[in-house]
Amino acid sequence: MKCKEAIQEISNFLDGDLNDALKKELERHFAECDECNLVVVQTRKMIEIFIQAEPVDLPHEVRTRLHGTLRKKLSQPSV
Amino acid sequence: MPSAIAREDEHLLVAAAKKGDLSAFEELVSRYERKIFRLALNITGNHEDAEDAMQDAFLKSYSHLKDFQGDSRFYTWLVRIAANEALMRLRKRRPNQFSLDEPVQTEEDLMPRELQDWGPGPEQRFAQTEMRDILSRVIEELEPDYRIVFVLRDMEELSTEETAAAVGISVPAVKSRLLRARLKLREKLGRYFRKSDAKGGAN
Repeated sequence: MKCKEAIQEISNFLDGDLNDALKKELERHFAECDECNLVVVQTRKMIEIFIQAEPVDLPHEVRTRLHGTLRKKLSQPSV
Repeated sequence: MPSAIAREDEHLLVAAAKKGDLSAFEELVSRYERKIFRLALNITGNHEDAEDAMQDAFLKSYSHLKDFQGDSRFYTWLVRIAANEALMRLRKRRPNQFSLDEPVQTEEDLMPRELQDWGPGPEQRFAQTEMRDILSRVIEELEPDYRIVFVLRDMEELSTEETAAAVGISVPAVKSRLLRARLKLREKLGRYFRKSDAKGGAN
């Protein structure tokens, strides 16, 4: 397998969205190719970092406006 | 288990909100407002649009609460509504920057250029706020087509099919954009994480 083909499948590989034969072939390629292996490991790490990141703080005034609007609009009896 | 209790509790809040209990609905809003704001901000890349999208998403979710069947998590359902609101605003503001067609791309674009070691636990070298800034910066640099798919699939953990439905593109298009988004983000993060740039340490 060429690096170009392996890179094309990295996303599917990380999602486990591959048939067994292709998965084995990729695993073999990653075991032999340091560069592609680095890309897989770092891409997986990158996703983990995004998932674990704390959401930004909701600015206080944005939150006040949101709850004010919800109370105002939702407490009116619907027509 | 706390998560099971939280889920059960959420179920009760949704049931109460469906009956018109506004304080139950506000409790749900309070739980998810930060995440929904981040989602809207990541998609629109604009504070004003993000705030409007979040507000309308919560208003819409309240008025459509009767349609929520409880077969998915409430949050997943909310994400789909919020993603739609955010996308509408992005398309309005930047009609030429978002396409339903496949962007022109070559295989060469995919080949990695950044191949430096990040060292162990690269994220631990940054303070939490600094890390947040880095993540928002790299995501903002990504083209909207890729950004949306990454946000929904990897940050909100929607399935490929759910993402395709929310964005209005095909499943293969989601997969191909996700691949590109992930490869590009790895490259961009590499600029901050390169081990050679790391400061300190015993040696």
